[in-house]
Amino acid sequence: MKYSVFSLARQALRGHAGWPMAWRNPEPKKHYDVVVIGGGGHGLATAFYLAKNHGIKNVAVLEKGWIGGGNTGRNTTIVRSNYMLDDNAYFYEWSLKLWHRLSQELNYNVMFSPRGVLNLAHTEGQRDQYFRRGNQMRLNGIDCEWMTRAEIARFVPHLDCSDAARFPIFGGLMQRRGGTARHDAVAWGYARAASALGVDIIQNCEVKGFAREGNRIVSVRTTRGDIGAGQVGIAVAGHSGVVAGLAGLKLPIESHVLQAFVSEPLKPVIDTVITYGAGHFYVSQSDKGEMVMGGDLDFYPSYSQKGNLPILQEAVACGLQMFPILSRVRMLRHWGGIMDMSLDGSPIISKTPIDNFYLNGGWCYGGFKATPASGWVFAHTIAHDAPHALNRPHTLERFETGKVIDDKGAGPTAQWH
Amino acid sequence: MQLFNCPFCGPRDQSEFTYLREAATIPALDADVAAWQRFVYERDNPCGAHNEWWHHNQGCRQVLEMVRHTQTHEVLEVRPARSAEVAR
Repeated sequence: MKYSVFSLARQALRGHAGWPMAWRNPEPKKHYDVVVIGGGGHGLATAFYLAKNHGIKNVAVLEKGWIGGGNTGRNTTIVRSNYMLDDNAYFYEWSLKLWHRLSQELNYNVMFSPRGVLNLAHTEGQRDQYFRRGNQMRLNGIDCEWMTRAEIARFVPHLDCSDAARFPIFGGLMQRRGGTARHDAVAWGYARAASALGVDIIQNCEVKGFAREGNRIVSVRTTRGDIGAGQVGIAVAGHSGVVAGLAGLKLPIESHVLQAFVSEPLKPVIDTVITYGAGHFYVSQSDKGEMVMGGDLDFYPSYSQKGNLPILQEAVACGLQMFPILSRVRMLRHWGGIMDMSLDGSPIISKTPIDNFYLNGGWCYGGFKATPASGWVFAHTIAHDAPHALNRPHTLERFETGKVIDDKGAGPTAQWH
Repeated sequence: MQLFNCPFCGPRDQSEFTYLREAATIPALDADVAAWQRFVYERDNPCGAHNEWWHHNQGCRQVLEMVRHTQTHEVLEVRPARSAEVAR
């Protein structure tokens, strides 16, 4: 059923009892042309674009838990493309372009809100570095502007822009086309749109191994039986190392836990996304009124989906340095997600040494904003057995050749990216 | 807060320690590029028992080798890292 004002009116008159399930819940078939492992945003987007852009509709998405239960439903929903290096800039900018028409494309309101993403600078050195990144973005045709402290004080009235602040604000780098989206809706919207094109979404189906013939994978062993596969793509974020390990591959990825937390709901206070430059902290306000906040990794490998209190304390301290008015706000809940931290801080969307096995992982903190473009180029990579122009640099081999994409310049230490 | 049992200092708060990286054998200086590539970039990254190097940087400043479970965070073993592997 197409969602529209007419279908809404029709259902309202029937007491909303006639809405169909948003996606089918089929039994797995014996064989699929493409099996995508991982039913998060990236896996679902891959299946959707395989069907829509490439006409490959005999596709299954295997999900260990339920749709939207992993990192897609655990992030801080920030969407932006403010990268410096060309390889990342072009890729994330294409993603941002897809975001701007995603609700129309999926016929599903993903509540994309281009409310701007503002990175604060607190030192002269940081300002110079932001100028450099900002100029690089503009050379790449990506919108970006420098805001002075006075402009920021008008734009974000509750921000402490005084000289008395612990780390006074110099200014900030603003990308107005960035913003936030409703993360669950992205998973649900892609699932519904993919299912409508014939993709089978198999939930509660954990992958346990692969059957190989020569250098090819012929079937996937799952908790719901063996499923034959012409091609296999994995998009399992924090579990990339585990699933690739089942196929005998070792990846340049470490899995770390990253926490996020929300406050009790408040009336509208902050109508942009704002990041702290004197620590690591980012905050926006959800449509429900909660302050959505995140900070650093816990800085040790973890698959636990929950974090420790010192990081929470540090992040909240950063938040209060920015917004003293939040000092009495109570926390509602906090949780963790498992980040696939790659060793250069950039994603890997690539063929692998196994002929029909493809990898989409290494998203570090930044997977959510990449969802549309990730699915777009991964579907292309699988359909053509060759990368799209936008993910040609994001290979697995770059760690052998030395052509790494290290936007932060942090070196081969996973937790520093 | 989790306590780590430092072999030199006894039980100490986890926040005194810094995770360095997955423990591995450092290749010889004249080893081939592939060996160095594996050392620098490839990770076991298991969901389970994991060999790790940690620095007790706010305590005795020694590098420790720990076997830690990445899902439960239980420390299964802790010992001084062999100096030849870390210091080189």
